[in-house]
Amino acid sequence: MPEISRDEVAHLADLARIDLDDAELDHLAPQLNVILESVASIRGVAGDDVPPTSHPIPLTNVFREDVITPSLTPEQALSGAPEAEDGRFRVPRILGDEQ
Amino acid sequence: MTETLIPFDEVIEKFDPALGLEVHVELNTNTKMFCGCPTEFGAEPNTQVCPTCLGLPGAMPVVNGKAVESAIRIGLAMNCEIAEWCRFARKNYFYPDMPKNFQTSQYDEPIAFEGYLDVDIQTAAGETETYRVEIERAHMEEDTGKSLHVGGSDGRIHGAEYSLVDYNRAGIPLIEIVTKPILGTGDKAPLVAKAYVAALREILLGLGVSDVRMEQGSMRCDVNLSLAPKGSGVLGTRTETKNVNSLRSVERAVRYEMSRHAGVLLGGGAVLQETRHFHEDNGTTSPGRVKSDAEDYRYFPEPDLVPVAPSREWVEELRSTLPEPPAVRRARLQKEWGFSDLEMRDTVGAGALDLVEQTIAAGASPQAARKWWLAELSRRANDMGVDLSAVGVTPEQVAAVQALVDSGKINDKLARQVFDGLVAGEGTPEEIVAARGLEIVSDEGALSAAVDKAIADNPDVADKIRDGKVAAAGALIGAVMKEMRGQADAGRVRELILEKLG
Amino acid sequence: MSDLTRKTAAELADALAAGETTSVEITQVHLDRIAAVDGDATAGVHAFLHVDVEGALEQARASDERRAAGRPLHLLDGVPIAVKDVLTTQGLPTTCGSRILEGWVPPYDATVVTKVKAAGLPILGKTNMDEFAMGSSTEHSAYGPTRNPWDQTRIPGGSGGGSAAAVASYEAPLALGTDTGGSIRQPGAVTGTVGVKPTYGGVSRYGLVALANSLDQVGPVTRTVLDSALLHELIGGHDPLDSTSVDQPVGGLVDAARQGATGDLAGLKVGVIKELAGDGWQPGVMARFQETVELLTELGAAVTEISCPTFVHSLATYYLILPAECSSNLAKFDAMRYGLRVVPDGDPSAEAVMKATRDAGFGDEVKRRIMIGTYALSSGYYDAYYGQAQKVRTLIARDFTAAFEQVDVLVSPTSPTTAFPIGEKVDDPLAMYLQDLATIPANLAGVPGISVPAGLAEEDGLPVGFQVLAPALADDRLYRVGAAVEAALTSRWGGHLLEKAPVLEGVVR
Ligand SMILES: [Mg+2]
Ligand SMILES: [Zn+2]
Repeated sequence: MPEISRDEVAHLADLARIDLDDAELDHLAPQLNVILESVASIRGVAGDDVPPTSHPIPLTNVFREDVITPSLTPEQALSGAPEAEDGRFRVPRILGDEQ
Repeated sequence: MTETLIPFDEVIEKFDPALGLEVHVELNTNTKMFCGCPTEFGAEPNTQVCPTCLGLPGAMPVVNGKAVESAIRIGLAMNCEIAEWCRFARKNYFYPDMPKNFQTSQYDEPIAFEGYLDVDIQTAAGETETYRVEIERAHMEEDTGKSLHVGGSDGRIHGAEYSLVDYNRAGIPLIEIVTKPILGTGDKAPLVAKAYVAALREILLGLGVSDVRMEQGSMRCDVNLSLAPKGSGVLGTRTETKNVNSLRSVERAVRYEMSRHAGVLLGGGAVLQETRHFHEDNGTTSPGRVKSDAEDYRYFPEPDLVPVAPSREWVEELRSTLPEPPAVRRARLQKEWGFSDLEMRDTVGAGALDLVEQTIAAGASPQAARKWWLAELSRRANDMGVDLSAVGVTPEQVAAVQALVDSGKINDKLARQVFDGLVAGEGTPEEIVAARGLEIVSDEGALSAAVDKAIADNPDVADKIRDGKVAAAGALIGAVMKEMRGQADAGRVRELILEKLG
Repeated sequence: MSDLTRKTAAELADALAAGETTSVEITQVHLDRIAAVDGDATAGVHAFLHVDVEGALEQARASDERRAAGRPLHLLDGVPIAVKDVLTTQGLPTTCGSRILEGWVPPYDATVVTKVKAAGLPILGKTNMDEFAMGSSTEHSAYGPTRNPWDQTRIPGGSGGGSAAAVASYEAPLALGTDTGGSIRQPGAVTGTVGVKPTYGGVSRYGLVALANSLDQVGPVTRTVLDSALLHELIGGHDPLDSTSVDQPVGGLVDAARQGATGDLAGLKVGVIKELAGDGWQPGVMARFQETVELLTELGAAVTEISCPTFVHSLATYYLILPAECSSNLAKFDAMRYGLRVVPDGDPSAEAVMKATRDAGFGDEVKRRIMIGTYALSSGYYDAYYGQAQKVRTLIARDFTAAFEQVDVLVSPTSPTTAFPIGEKVDDPLAMYLQDLATIPANLAGVPGISVPAGLAEEDGLPVGFQVLAPALADDRLYRVGAAVEAALTSRWGGHLLEKAPVLEGVVR
């Protein structure tokens, strides 16, 4: 079972967009290790021949008709917005490019 | 940053290009991929959103069956296999225009895979070469919202003070079509790239599944390119030029990146694996996001959606709805119409194929239909700055004008005036001929008088004809036609002249 | 205290039908009860995060008008209900027990809320819960813990401790809960109430703020088995807005509960799950469990022991699948469209605002699970963790299939312990996770489960829960067995177990 390093925890926090400070990293890293150690017990429990289950009840082909249903009003859509302007959600400047 | 660009000929001498194209196509379904919101382009911001496409807590997706149908039809038209069972997956990354901070897409189980598309390009020598572009996959996903960048320079993302997000586009169904690496195109790489996108566009139009308006973003092309040292067979580091939004730009982007990569490599540098932005104004690209190993989308099957398992019966039913493939149709029509290669290419190039076909169906001969659309009406479309189909004349009207010519009521010159009337909305061709008084004069008395007058006015010409110089008749015919304001049958005029002077 | 708060939902429905009371009266006495005992973050039961006095009374008045006009919408029309704060309610705050959603008022109703409203049940308010349903004690609520009405120094279970405590303290006759790994059943067990996790897909999840989409189910939280059946039939059934919803009508549950209450279990085959008992389980819990198993035999059931060997891996499987799904679900809380926005000093980018907001808005347990889930899904680890967990999930489901070929229902204690003191496990995630040992397998396999009160543990005098599990879509068996156990034990005790609970004094706010 590989120990998860403090740097790795910092990287995970970055991926998860959580701004953890040093104290939080110190506090969380050992807890995460304990949890990961305990869940690592499932390694080797199921062989290659066992199919994974992503959905507990097997259904397929659940489709909707291509028929328009009412949208929210713009007021409703924007009702929770921390900031809005001209009918749009106002967000701070974006650093990265689109994917 | 200044780039060292290597001339294209030199690039080809030293490198083999490898192309890859990723095309995102917005489907023209009534509603979004996973909710019932409308997809209409250009609506007021955030008026076409609901809890699902706005990513509100608790909301859930439901798959639009029509979008799955379109995806399967696209796959079939690209000669793909259709998955017997596949799932949606979450592609996790944070971006403000993506409401859930994951895109519902497909990962290792695309709806369609392993297909191909044959594309034709014209060589400088005027010959047609066919390349087979292999399709890796076509999968279903959803579009993102759109940001307006405020402040800073020219509304670009960099240097903006803040952004305003409209989620109307979020959740519109997309089909992403990805090619396998396209190898062995050499100096034709830019043309093959362009021809592939053009052929794909034609197929999608034929299927009726998308508006494929590149300028509106309903078809968006990402161009992957890498260079390998000539003959090495080793694929180089690729760049991905995003959102290249016209056919011409596809060609230019490939050409530019080939020259730029060669400049980097010949300068002893290494090409950076990154996204690039294409600039329409000067045909260059600039760096975007570096693609690193840290990029980790943490795909996993979407637990809120159940698998899609299209029955083989359904797939075959959809296959039977496919239109004739464009290339096959063109070959068939060329043969039926008896067009030369050049005539056919010009017809297709002018975007007149459907119009000519419909004009012929309305009764005109193939040559007449081609003549009116490619000469007279293309010129007008050009002057008006519109597509040929928007010039204001229908195929049925063109056929009706030609019928008037064939019956001898008007001639080609008068027909042009009829088209003026049609564009001006003056009524049917017959009504325009009547209203404008364009019908050829068939009154023998008036015609005879006009001929007599011409002979009297031009005694020296008349003498030449009497002396057997029949070719001189042209001058008298011209005089008669002028007298008759064009509304005479030139053949009958000639007969009369020769009768009188013979 | 008014007698009306002591009545079950079925009894209230009868009283309304007989014209003996009104919905306004019933609703008012419950609102009064909430005002008297619920308190706040510092004292009292604290089952509610938001009480909708005006809304509830307005709905009650409308109900009374309908009934006066002879047009009640449903048997339960006019009987008030409490709703777990993880279900969206149009016009009522929905926080999921998190700071990051403080003050958020959804513009739409969850399907189950739509159904409850359409049946005419006044909504009393929103109940407390562990933040985003992560926890087994309700201590992880950002708004302070809920206290167990049996002993206010102890936890009421979780994550739906608010809903369970609300019905246990007679603040509401009915409540809605959600169960991802036991969040309805375990609070039911430790508060002496009844909780049901329906078959996955049996009740719509539309409007349930997802914790782990492939595990979550909405279900009833009540004081009696019959009340659960009534509520289950009301909220269950196919929903076109939830693609994972089973396209079958819900029914036969109330009939099964009434039939079970006659006490005849002749012909029923019961399996005791070998792996969900034994060492480490509280002796008083095991004693009550064994007595209840004997009771089943007395009622005519044939009891055998059944081994489900892969159940020992349930916890590890669960704590990979759940964090993976929730790490993705909770990504939407990014300060852009709704909820909290924390703006750091300077001229922060959207990315910086997202990070600061998520750091300030999420509690420790949420952060832990997001990090574990991010890790389990990341490239290089997916196969070893998430992929492997999904395979083990298949094995656990196969164990259930094999077991249900031999028996009609499986039984176990609902929870390994009775209610523990507040604060005891809050910084020991693994100890907390063990609370759900017996409830998790059902969520992994999608099968239904119920917890009914089995008595009080000798050592601490606190309630013990008895769990019954049935095959998928055989939810009726839970009600038949649950009602039989309930009827026999209630007559043995001479009344409902809750009557042994201490009388709550009003709290001074
Ligand atoms: Mg994509
Ligand atoms: Zn929508």
